[in-house]
Amino acid sequence: MAGKVKWVTDIEKSVLINNFEKREWVPVTESEDWNFYWMSIQTIRNVFSVDTGYRLSDEQLVNHFPNHYELTRKDLMIKNIKRYRKELEKEGSPLAEKDENGKYVYLDFVPVTFMLPADYNLFVEEFRKNPSSTWIMKPCGKAQGKGIFLINKLSQIKKWSRDSRTSTFVAASSGKEAYVISLYIDNPLLIGGKKFDLRLYVLVTTYRPLKCYMYKLGFCRFCTVKYTPSTSELDNMFVHLTNVAIQKHGDDYNHVHGGKWTVSNLRLYLESTRGKEVTNRLFDQIHWIVVQSLKAVAPVMNNDKHCFECYGYDIIIDDKLKPWLIEVNASPSLTSSTANDRILKYSLINDTLNIVTPNGEIPDCRWNRSPPREALGNYQVLYDEEQAQSESAERDLRSRSGQLLGSKGTKGSAGARPAAATWK
Amino acid sequence: MDEGTELSLSIAQIVQRLKGSHLHSQIERQAKDCLHRPEIKLESLKEDVHSYLKTSGWEKKLQNAVYRELQLPPSHPTAPPEHLKEPLAYMRKAQASWEKRILKSLNSMSTELGVPLARQVGVNLSRFRPVYAPKDFLEVLIGLRNPNHDSREEIGARSHWGLIQVPLNVRDIPQLVGIYSLFTNPSLFQTPPRLYLGPVLVVEQDSAAAQQYSRRGCPTGLRADLWALILNSTNQPQDVMHYEQLKAGVIQHDLLVDNLIYKDVKLTASNDDYYFVFEDFLYQVLLCFSRDTGVLEHFKYNSATPPKSYLHGKVGDEDYAVVYPPNGVVPFHGFSMYVAPLCFLYNEPSKLYSVFREMYIRYFFRLHSISSSFSGIVSLCLQFERLLQTHLPQLFYHLRQIGAQPLRIAFKWMVRAFSGYLSTDQLLLLWDRILGYDSLEVVAGTTVLAFSDNLMEVTSLASAEAVLADLSTLKVIPLIQIFLFATAI
Repeated sequence: MAGKVKWVTDIEKSVLINNFEKREWVPVTESEDWNFYWMSIQTIRNVFSVDTGYRLSDEQLVNHFPNHYELTRKDLMIKNIKRYRKELEKEGSPLAEKDENGKYVYLDFVPVTFMLPADYNLFVEEFRKNPSSTWIMKPCGKAQGKGIFLINKLSQIKKWSRDSRTSTFVAASSGKEAYVISLYIDNPLLIGGKKFDLRLYVLVTTYRPLKCYMYKLGFCRFCTVKYTPSTSELDNMFVHLTNVAIQKHGDDYNHVHGGKWTVSNLRLYLESTRGKEVTNRLFDQIHWIVVQSLKAVAPVMNNDKHCFECYGYDIIIDDKLKPWLIEVNASPSLTSSTANDRILKYSLINDTLNIVTPNGEIPDCRWNRSPPREALGNYQVLYDEEQAQSESAERDLRSRSGQLLGSKGTKGSAGARPAAATWK
Repeated sequence: MDEGTELSLSIAQIVQRLKGSHLHSQIERQAKDCLHRPEIKLESLKEDVHSYLKTSGWEKKLQNAVYRELQLPPSHPTAPPEHLKEPLAYMRKAQASWEKRILKSLNSMSTELGVPLARQVGVNLSRFRPVYAPKDFLEVLIGLRNPNHDSREEIGARSHWGLIQVPLNVRDIPQLVGIYSLFTNPSLFQTPPRLYLGPVLVVEQDSAAAQQYSRRGCPTGLRADLWALILNSTNQPQDVMHYEQLKAGVIQHDLLVDNLIYKDVKLTASNDDYYFVFEDFLYQVLLCFSRDTGVLEHFKYNSATPPKSYLHGKVGDEDYAVVYPPNGVVPFHGFSMYVAPLCFLYNEPSKLYSVFREMYIRYFFRLHSISSSFSGIVSLCLQFERLLQTHLPQLFYHLRQIGAQPLRIAFKWMVRAFSGYLSTDQLLLLWDRILGYDSLEVVAGTTVLAFSDNLMEVTSLASAEAVLADLSTLKVIPLIQIFLFATAI
């Protein structure tokens, strides 16, 4: 019989440890021989660094890709998405189609964004086109709402300009204070008069070929204060930021539900008030943008076979029911704010482990990464490049041999569905 | 009085009621306006106007309005008004003494806190308490006795083991199967013709057909329209205006009940995983509701009577009586949960308001007033106890022996028609049936389904309550089907 998995973590969270213990895995220290290491993004940097790096064996698995920041740093994600669009455009891909205003029809899913200070002049040009717009400033490397503020006047960000001679600019140019500035979604969908964003969990087991899974139990995070678009409230961060880390300091924070509403509630509400068709379209679009964001970073990602990653996707829906990708987190919080939250996060880790360590056995990173359907738990296949390719090859073959398309009915693969549903 | 006479009296009554309505004046104006149309000929004036009203959809609107009148409890023209409220004297008496208690509690709160019933501003909410909770109300129902009926009897298989000791006729399982036959035939459930029918009904705007359809459950995407249609809540411009006027009233005057509403929302919906996002909508609906004097009309057929307060020094003088709160309904702990599920369906406050108001005056009032109506809470309790005794006699006996009377656990579910207990998707499917069958009876049946043999292990009321604390995973509709289907054979 195979031995027991030896695990390490530098994140002391009960949802992790309970899951390891349930599998009767053995805790070891970092310096011992381990099979499974659930680590922070600080640690992953060391694991793969040139100087201190380990040589991982086939029986070792870690929960991050070495350069996950290509997706999870706000500036790099934008850069990669912009590059991906250009490449598709160059290839003449139908996905890169633009409308009469020059906007991508299928790839316009992140708010207009610039790096500061690097793109300062480009930003000013864009700002002047629409001087009444509100923009949101976010430090590139920080998470959980830290360092975020809103602006609606150029003077508020003068210190990021190229010609500024203030000391802040020196810090900025050194890269430590780099910001992204994005057009603020000022027409968010409101429910009960309140603003919210979506937190969805996405598991990637390999980037080339891309295999990714969407967790069904996502949730909406609600602001505790009623939404007012007026600029006088710009300083009231509680209105604009939905991160629970920030919300907790609001007066109305509720410890029973923590401002979290399940995605199934959202679906029921939208289907009831707007109809089934538009609701399905919205969820298809959300799946679509997640897949596109992953495809955008796939070519630059170090697809190390010892790695998998569970991302926290933050999405905002506007009042026209268009979803916008705001950012992707490499280390979604495993802290539980409510009882339901604990259940959710425990299941998330449980289902993740069931996929990445089949049968709870010692991992073999050469495995085929095609878990059986019954191992998926609350995950659903979002996209499986391998399967999609074999299916399209099969389709080509059939259409060439003169067979009728669609004789098998609609495709059973959930991976092919969102793509087909949005751009066909 | 023979049937024919009765029918013509009912017709006369409906005509009388509709004559004063906005719809009447609208149709009148339409009829006048259409005289200029080329297709209206003088020689066939009556027929032409009639056919114009038919093709322009006004006839359908009239039909739906008549249908609504038929849904409300009929007022028997020769019966005294109190019989329409409640035919049984002992029930009327019990309701009246319950109301006295509520009013006393309300007045003492007003005195204690130094807050007059109306006209106050900015008070400390922490000092307010709900006027009453379902469990206080349950004690009253348990104490109900029919003076002409001796309910003392030896406990035996045929006697009633439950807490409700009044003899009312409630349906047993074979009778329920007869009535709810659509439930028991799963093959009829979501057939393709049915799926196509839903949108057609919405276009056709036929209340009666929509109600039939709702018996087998509404598709999520059509429910809001179908319910509004069944309830004839059309959200006309005058309805919106009415709602805006009520809102203006909220801004102008504060009422003591406002604080009870705030408190209730804070204690219930604000802490609820499903409904907390709608907190603001609940205020918008409930504060307007308490000021809506149109609600008073339902007291004609509600056994309850609106509480009155008298101007200073004029106690007992009806000339100086003021109904308080203006709509006559004193909210109790959990009242806001009648509105909460509707927030999933309507995102426009005026629409939400009119649907809630109609649901209240048709159904919800029966869940907290003492009456002999078969849809009333007393009958539902009794029916639940009888169904459980028949269906799971061993379990009932066991629970009774350990001092965990099933009704003590289930009463709070029934008072709220399960709002806040079932998951919202299941709750809406249940409420589809309330509307479809125009009855709350299905609530009693659902309550039985929460009980199952796994409760045989419990040894106390507290542990039974713990087992039944979370109903959010209960899939009621399939269970009802199985229950009725299995017991029918």
